[in-house]
Amino acid sequence: MVEWISGGLTMVGATLALLAGVGVLRMPDVFTRMQASTKASTLGLGCLLAGLAIQHPEVSFVIRALSIGAFMMLTTAVSAHVIARAAALSGAPLWSGTRTDERPRADSRPEA
Amino acid sequence: MISEMALALLAFGAILAFARLMRGPTLPDRVIAIDLIGVLIVCVLVVVASGRGGAVFLDVAIFIALISFVGTVAYARYVERER
Repeated sequence: MVEWISGGLTMVGATLALLAGVGVLRMPDVFTRMQASTKASTLGLGCLLAGLAIQHPEVSFVIRALSIGAFMMLTTAVSAHVIARAAALSGAPLWSGTRTDERPRADSRPEA
Repeated sequence: MISEMALALLAFGAILAFARLMRGPTLPDRVIAIDLIGVLIVCVLVVVASGRGGAVFLDVAIFIALISFVGTVAYARYVERER
């Protein structure tokens, strides 16, 4: 039973990580790629860590799995924000189907 | 068996991210691809630790996650400075 649950979580996590790769390759512009990569890979890593902690219910594994999960959930959000901010400030091209663009116009953009 | 299949999926995802790293029209695209490759390396280490049962792999995973985060932030600062 434990084998089935941890194996299923491992396969789900690996599939989500693969979907992150597919999203990075196939999405149309920088911001959607960043979105696909960070969300799917964070959920995939969470599933892999849950499978690991279920398969090895020992203190040394569970503590490390929890700390990796907490660290990745904190830092992935921060790094996604930083990349998106840099891309927006450097004027990355948007997908042609984008409805709203809330970035400041190029002529009114403050010089930093 | 499960861990080999999971490793194959993760390797294919890394190949796709590497294709974006090669192609990526702008510099932020390449930074995203490098960031994703770092997360996939962490995933591979977690799967290996789950399959073989060695907590040492998880220490390496923590270290690589830390380095990858610092590298991504540094790249983003560079992109922002570049404009």
